[in-house]
Amino acid sequence: MRVLIKGAGVAGLTLAHELAARGVEVEVAETAAGPGGGASWFAGGMLAPWCEAESAPETVVTLGRGAAGWWDSALPGHVVRNGTLVVAPPRDTAELSRFATRTTGFKWLEADDIAALEPALAERFRKALFFRGEAHLDPRRAMASLNAKLTAMGVRFHFGADADHPRSGFDHVVDCTGASAIGRTPELRGVRGEMLVLETAEIALSRPVRLLHPRIPLYIVPRGDNRFTIGATMIESDDPGPISARSLMELLNAAYALHPAFGEARLVETGAGVRPAYPDNLPRWTRDRDIVRLNGFYRHGFLLAPSLAGALAAEINGAQLDNSETSPPRPYPAWANPDQPLQIRASR
Amino acid sequence: MLDLYGTSLSNRLLLGTARYPSPAILADAVRASRTEIVTVSLRRETAGTSKSGTFFELIRTLGVRVLPNTAGCHTVSEAVLTAKMAREVFATDWIKLEVIGNHDTLQPDVFGLVEAARILSGEGFKVFPYMTDDLVVAERLLEAGCAVLMPWCAPIGSAMGPINLSALRSMRAHFPDVPLIVDAGIGRPSHAATVMELGFDAVLLNTAVAGAGDPVAMAAAFAGAIEAGRSAHHAGLLEPRDMAIPSTPVIGKAVFS
Repeated sequence: MRVLIKGAGVAGLTLAHELAARGVEVEVAETAAGPGGGASWFAGGMLAPWCEAESAPETVVTLGRGAAGWWDSALPGHVVRNGTLVVAPPRDTAELSRFATRTTGFKWLEADDIAALEPALAERFRKALFFRGEAHLDPRRAMASLNAKLTAMGVRFHFGADADHPRSGFDHVVDCTGASAIGRTPELRGVRGEMLVLETAEIALSRPVRLLHPRIPLYIVPRGDNRFTIGATMIESDDPGPISARSLMELLNAAYALHPAFGEARLVETGAGVRPAYPDNLPRWTRDRDIVRLNGFYRHGFLLAPSLAGALAAEINGAQLDNSETSPPRPYPAWANPDQPLQIRASR
Repeated sequence: MLDLYGTSLSNRLLLGTARYPSPAILADAVRASRTEIVTVSLRRETAGTSKSGTFFELIRTLGVRVLPNTAGCHTVSEAVLTAKMAREVFATDWIKLEVIGNHDTLQPDVFGLVEAARILSGEGFKVFPYMTDDLVVAERLLEAGCAVLMPWCAPIGSAMGPINLSALRSMRAHFPDVPLIVDAGIGRPSHAATVMELGFDAVLLNTAVAGAGDPVAMAAAFAGAIEAGRSAHHAGLLEPRDMAIPSTPVIGKAVFS
């Protein structure tokens, strides 16, 4: 079986991995010059399903809890399993209690525990939530490594490809083009996210830290090399333009509130990407004539792509094994669109 | 019926659209609340979008009236510009006017508010001013052309509920014929019921629903509380008194011994 995947972001590459691992012949066509150039490029890379449950349905925890394990086995050495620390300024501790009522998988920390865990934050916060089971990775390194691994596994990449890359000769085409598909995919919209990278040797963190604030919640992910990814805004817009002055100001303010050392840091990068999202902010695959669309990962690409890619790859591969004209109906997981059950034709 | 600038409404809850877990949950909350007006804030970055499937498209499909607001504006000129952009984007001359004066409490700058209200009313806007509960400011806003007033009952998003009942009472008493909508500070349905019992015409809220564990259920709870408060106001409430009054008469009762 031959499958063409359009898009080499986190959705496309994880699906390519899952298909190739099942012995399917895969080609990936990407209009950009390299992998992971869309929303994946600006991602925080937090594998934090329990924290996300604060504003996301339980499905995100169910589908995301295996993500750290998937990335660890697919790309050994990339995943850091140090958990997530959630803090709030003293005047906003009500936010911390609110966060705690919405989530599970954490324990409350007092000032001493915080100092032991993140010495840089000693004396700065009296209360924190620690999500020990969570992890993070560097999305850009992960995308590059996955690209290299897939190439070694025999996946063919066509970078700089035309949007209408020829698809004759393929049994299936899966569109994983993320935000590029907005406008030609029903109900798909963009949620703009802005981020920045600060560089300072004055502070070290071992894990992502989330600072709760009623208006400007923020995360800081340590990347090593004294670099910190700081994000991210959530704006209902598909405008991919540069970060706005206000967003930059608010993110920097919040970072400075987390630790004054960030005030002396170098601002080495700013960026803005568009997250593709369906109305329920959950990813899904849908069948559109002869194309399968895997999209809508919102801010959960690295968290949920492994789970959906694995399930979709099994469907596609299973259709071949069925050797029937249409795969028999089967119970579809909640995140597959129930109105458009996937019907893979074993075409020739 | 509630009359706002000539539009008759049967529902007395106005719902904000920010900070819901997802647009799908927002849509369900709007339906559960039976609201007829939703507020939408406009940021520059959101104004230029044109592709289908956007957030604003979703709002339009809800079939409710949109009250755009000038959230986040700190100056008169900013607010006026934002109002004009909102008129283009949403094709309505309704505008919820916010001119923030204090970054920490998000207290309105009432001087800027009156000036912006005068400018916008002069340009044909139907202005819904987000204001403090100050009677003099209320007078000035009416002079500036406003026909609806929206006093806070506590700072935006604070969920404190009505912290100055006597100010709200005197506002109601001074402006018996002006539609008064409590905007901001409502945290729970009992707060909404309280201000409706005082005779306010409607309630505008966002965080109390959007930030609830189950926004859809909370939207329905607020709808019920607002209706209850309104009915109670019309039914005539008892005033509290210092001593007990037995609800069952004791005189004439048979004595068993």
